[in-house]
Amino acid sequence: MDMNQYLEVFIEESKEHLQTCSEQLLVLEKNPEDLSIVNEIFRSAHTLKGMSATMGYEDLTNLTHKMENVLDAIRNSQIALSSELFDVIFLAVDDLEAMVMSIAEGGDGKRNVEEVVHQLEMIEKGESPVSSTIAEIAAASAVLEKEEMTAGEYDEFEWTVLQQSKDQGFNSFEISIGLREDCLLKAARVFMVFEVLEKSGEVIKSHPPVELLEEEQFDQQFTVTMVTTESSDEIKEKIMKVSEVDQVVVNALDLEGLRHAANSIENQVAEIPEQEKNKAVLPTDNDDKKKQAPVKPASSKTIRVNIERLDILMNLFEELVIDRGRLDQISSDLDNQELHETVERMSRITSDLQTIVLNMRMVPVETVFNRFPKMVRQLARDLNKKVNLEINGAETELDRTVIDEIGDPLVHLLRNAMDHGIETPEERLAKGKNEEGKILLKAYHSGNHVFIEIEDDGAGINKDRVLNKALSNGILTKETAATLTDKQIYELIFASGFSTAETISDVSGRGVGLDVVKNTIESLGGSVTIDSKENEGSIFLIQLPLTLSIISVMLVAIQNEKYAIPLSSIIETAIIKKADILNAHNQQVIDFRGKILPLLFLKDIFEVPISQEEEESLSVVIVRKGDKLAGLVVDSFIGQLEIVLKSLGNYLNSAFAISGATILGDGQVALIIDCNTLIH
Amino acid sequence: MSEDMKVIVFQIKDKEYAIPVDKVSGIEKILHITRVPKAVKFVKGVINLRGVITPIIDLRVRFGFEEVEYDESTRIIIVILDDMEVGLIVDSANDVLDIPVESIEPQPEVVGHLASEYISGVAKIEKRLLVLINMEKALSLEMTENMLREG
Repeated sequence: MDMNQYLEVFIEESKEHLQTCSEQLLVLEKNPEDLSIVNEIFRSAHTLKGMSATMGYEDLTNLTHKMENVLDAIRNSQIALSSELFDVIFLAVDDLEAMVMSIAEGGDGKRNVEEVVHQLEMIEKGESPVSSTIAEIAAASAVLEKEEMTAGEYDEFEWTVLQQSKDQGFNSFEISIGLREDCLLKAARVFMVFEVLEKSGEVIKSHPPVELLEEEQFDQQFTVTMVTTESSDEIKEKIMKVSEVDQVVVNALDLEGLRHAANSIENQVAEIPEQEKNKAVLPTDNDDKKKQAPVKPASSKTIRVNIERLDILMNLFEELVIDRGRLDQISSDLDNQELHETVERMSRITSDLQTIVLNMRMVPVETVFNRFPKMVRQLARDLNKKVNLEINGAETELDRTVIDEIGDPLVHLLRNAMDHGIETPEERLAKGKNEEGKILLKAYHSGNHVFIEIEDDGAGINKDRVLNKALSNGILTKETAATLTDKQIYELIFASGFSTAETISDVSGRGVGLDVVKNTIESLGGSVTIDSKENEGSIFLIQLPLTLSIISVMLVAIQNEKYAIPLSSIIETAIIKKADILNAHNQQVIDFRGKILPLLFLKDIFEVPISQEEEESLSVVIVRKGDKLAGLVVDSFIGQLEIVLKSLGNYLNSAFAISGATILGDGQVALIIDCNTLIH
Repeated sequence: MSEDMKVIVFQIKDKEYAIPVDKVSGIEKILHITRVPKAVKFVKGVINLRGVITPIIDLRVRFGFEEVEYDESTRIIIVILDDMEVGLIVDSANDVLDIPVESIEPQPEVVGHLASEYISGVAKIEKRLLVLINMEKALSLEMTENMLREG
């Protein structure tokens, strides 16, 4: 079967289930006595197992199966929780994640997981998962085999049903059904067989279990146990009518023999009188349902939409908005009251629609934040530190495009806080602090921006060390060092090639430092600042735009062409007289509030075809790059507006001084000027 | 066995050219083109193609012919090239043909003519001679750079 069409869904859902596993494991570690959490993890693992079996990822299925066994033992209180056990399960989840990632990247999802599988098997057997010997592996697999064999037996509930059916005059049959070897849709045949059987009686059990049958996880043969009033020949005949069924063997069940077997396996169960047994079984059944019931509403009513489809929707929507503009024009020309009203109504609806379309691209930062608790836990163990991560405002929403980019910088900052910020428990105690360090990760909206704060109560930044390092690296001179404010000094750690770690550790300080973080955030149109107090901790504050796809620009005209200049680079606009232009080294400059600014004549730079006479005064847009300023000379200002940013595509990716394009109200394309490349 | 290839036929300067229909995503009348400063000469600019910014190439300039004013019959053929859509300005386009694969012959050697680099063959259908264009080569970025160097 072609599984490709399901691959994307599979990957997304697997990630979700693994996420649930990690999250719940962390919760469980804090509340080890709450076994309902184990149930939740078990369910996620179970679903994942089923999905990966359907998709044919064997390694994934196997490892999940082993993990499931351990979880099962935990929820049945057969295994006590310990931090070693958590380590192994986390390791297993890590491996599963790596497999899913490999599948997502087009790989086959295979991975050597012997070690972790072995450890899981050890746990399952109730041993401590330390080191391995071959004998133990063999023993473990022997246990597994035995498990397989007994799978054909009946549990007390099924057994009771069989017994009672017999008392009521039903026949019990064990039916082996073999499918033809070339059978293509095995699951479909299974379904047909079951349909036939259910018309004749009641199916009590199947081996392999129904879920596996539905997933085609069996060879050519499966066995079902059923109770019916019909004879074995009738049943056989009916099943043989299903096409592609090769052979059917119907055996009457020997209940006495079974009872004997059941007795030998579980003496105590058999001793309980029939009716009591029934009672004992049914309430637990109900209990299970009650426990499961509240979980369902938790899966919110959402559907997954590919971001590309949203982009297409947005494009179509813009077309609509452009047409609305045209209609508006036409209606005001025609001056027809009814048309007026209709167009006005349409305007309102489209602006509501616009809000919805834009909101659809918003994703809670949770999707990024939720991988941090596990990472922090692991890192804390690696570094022998005690850290408590607190997350606030995870529901804050950001545009999908920003979300995709923000993960790595945050990981970097968190690692930085744990490695350089939080001290070891001993140091903390010596300083009179709680031995457990605290990191607060906070997200919130403010105006048109989203802020993300990473605050730790660690050692803070040592100014002198930063300064010394910066001096020895040649990043700044002694003279300028003396003039810097505290904040400016802290910001030095964002300089390229800067690392305050005395020794290079696994965690950070490999030379790829905070400069990368700063660059990524700035490329998103955001900014990052630091504040710190020695021995009290540091705060990294990241400011991000809500969305990358909409920016505010000033639209200007240069002859007959229109260009957009991002407001973020504009200081202000000015009208200057030609007579005020000065010449310096062949460069035309102006005196702008006591500062000499170079003038850039866009119509020359962009080689715009001339069609209009020049006027006596010039319209100038003052733009900046860092602390450098320049005046862009244009013909006129059209106005400020919000535009949807679009890329010029790969074909024109190297267009000079143009960072993108947008579509104006009249349907025409306007290019967006990249001020950074114009100012040297 | 005879296999047919479906092609879009278009005209430039009285000659007929063809591109496989599966590389074409649409044919448009001339739209407002926004010039992109300092782009290669044959890149006329970009258009708004249903919300997608699409670069436009003038095939006349690309093939080294003189430019003409766009008129009623001028068409923009939108072709798909490595997941990108690129518009080609041609004099007119109005025909879809099935050409038998065996009627396609390699381009006869034309010494010193740049155009031969991106012609994948010629097909003779009755009295019509169709020049088959290799889109990848005609629009490839490397070729674009070559053109840039040659002015």
